[in-house]
Amino acid sequence: MAQDSGTRTLISHAQLSRGRGRVIYWTLLAVVVAGFTLVFLGPLYWMVTGALKSGQEIAQTPPTLFPKDPQPQNYIDAWNNLALAKLLFNTFYYAVGAVLFQLVFDTAAAYSLSKLRPMFGNVILALMLGTLMIPAMVLIVPQYVTVIDLPIVHINLLDSPFAIWLPLVANAFNIFLLKRFFDSIPEELMAAALMDGATPLRTLWSIILPLSRPILGVVSIFAVTAVWKDFLWPKLVMPSPETRTVSVGIYAFAGGTPMNVVIAASVIAAIPTVIIFLIFQRNIMSGLTAGSVKG
Amino acid sequence: MAITTVPETPRKPGRPPSPYSARPQRTSLGRKVRDNLTGHAFLIGAVLCFVVFSWYPMVRGIVMSFQRTRRGETTWVGWDNYSRIIADPSFWPAWQNTFYFTVLALVLGYAVPFFVAILLNEFRHAKGYLRILVYLPVMLPPASALFLFKFYAYDPSEAGLFNAILKALHLPTSQWMQSPEMTMPAMVIASTWMNMGGAVLIYLASLQNIPGELYEAAELDGAGIWRRIRHVTIPQTRLILALLAMLQIVATMQLFIEPLILANGAGAEDSATSVAYLIYQHGFFQNDLNGAAALGVIMLVVLAGFSAVYVRLTAKQD
Repeated sequence: MAQDSGTRTLISHAQLSRGRGRVIYWTLLAVVVAGFTLVFLGPLYWMVTGALKSGQEIAQTPPTLFPKDPQPQNYIDAWNNLALAKLLFNTFYYAVGAVLFQLVFDTAAAYSLSKLRPMFGNVILALMLGTLMIPAMVLIVPQYVTVIDLPIVHINLLDSPFAIWLPLVANAFNIFLLKRFFDSIPEELMAAALMDGATPLRTLWSIILPLSRPILGVVSIFAVTAVWKDFLWPKLVMPSPETRTVSVGIYAFAGGTPMNVVIAASVIAAIPTVIIFLIFQRNIMSGLTAGSVKG
Repeated sequence: MAITTVPETPRKPGRPPSPYSARPQRTSLGRKVRDNLTGHAFLIGAVLCFVVFSWYPMVRGIVMSFQRTRRGETTWVGWDNYSRIIADPSFWPAWQNTFYFTVLALVLGYAVPFFVAILLNEFRHAKGYLRILVYLPVMLPPASALFLFKFYAYDPSEAGLFNAILKALHLPTSQWMQSPEMTMPAMVIASTWMNMGGAVLIYLASLQNIPGELYEAAELDGAGIWRRIRHVTIPQTRLILALLAMLQIVATMQLFIEPLILANGAGAEDSATSVAYLIYQHGFFQNDLNGAAALGVIMLVVLAGFSAVYVRLTAKQD
């Protein structure tokens, strides 16, 4: 997207590179870069350094820009007192499982809807897409009741990772995204594979999946961030301290823990997703735009 | 099942089977059934998850809202749950707050990303950096981001970040979350900061699909920047603008974690209670799952009303 400087936008390229336009362009760019850095990076800086301050220094007026007497102890306290290692491990475990379950079930479903097209496929797809309009909050109570006593089999999923993994499979957005991608894979490839006697599963595995790496990456990233960012559902279905996710754990401790330690814990909790984002930001950007509707 | 009674016609040797999607007319019934079964077998995992965790809870929520469970005994109570939930003193404030939040979020969280995207789209430099910056807060766990606002930005003393800025600018400081009037604007600011990255990226993508000739033509006709935005940019991105407006309304209706963390729930004088928070209160604190289910159904009906209005409005424009 950075290379598209040739395309014409709101203001013509020529106008921006001559005389007064050029001055305005560079001034505006400088203002925006500085402003955005302050607005979006500033609070993060505040958070990382604030967690290094002592209790008195935080309450001081005016606030200090650099911690006068850095206290890395806050980070160590956060790590130990909140059992952050355990919380991070739980969250990571749920995230990996969520990726696997979604990749297996949602890919298979999207493949079926896109290429095998069984009877009533369109009805099923419409019913799935219909759930996009229902906010999670509407379903939270009946979903919770369902999870504590699964219909027919009568299993209680509280504190079981399946309570996080399985509901995430029912993700119409992912299935829609995958189906749209599979739709773009030429029908002739399917025909050729069938001609060679490949079973549908074989075709999926050897032809469709290798071609779909970008979209599979996007779905995986979405699955990870969904687990990392979710709050109320894990809070409800993972009630034991041992099975908590990191977000819920920090919240649970916030009441009786000094504020700089809570902030230190928040910083540590944010690090994994921020790193994942910085590594995969290209895929995330293209993935977000792949799902958008042409305006 | 009927499938077992269908006679299998043996496939002629040497004749290649047809691709699934382009079946010739002479396919045998047995083959059709088998193809369908294969297709459904691939669907079954996802469909089961939808049945158990989406479609069934949908129906169950509606049924539950008319029932009451006491000591393991479930009885049909008609509209009792609804009248009880409406009688809750927080019911109307919760709706008021939620709508107020939705309106503020539409003004801030909806318009701001659009203009940020227009601005970013004009730049030829530092684009990648700016896009990463805007999306960075989206990657924070919401609890982390909200604690940041709660402890630093909205500290009511002069040590708070926002108050320090206001004081440096010689403006009156605010009590933020301790002041009922500021609660909602403060929650919208935090929520916009946290969430705008996704919308900016989606707008950027659709801005890049606008043919440059349109701006060219508008410019030749003497249209200034604002008129170009009004007559080219907005009409060209109408679909995505409308879609995100709907998604924004659905998202803001679920306002929950902001009141929970920033305002410890209800906030000063019920100024932070939201409908979603009330669902949580009834369902998981007052042990009134049926009342919470009823409130969920009310929320669904209100949203369906929104969708109906929305569909009519967008249909008229076409």
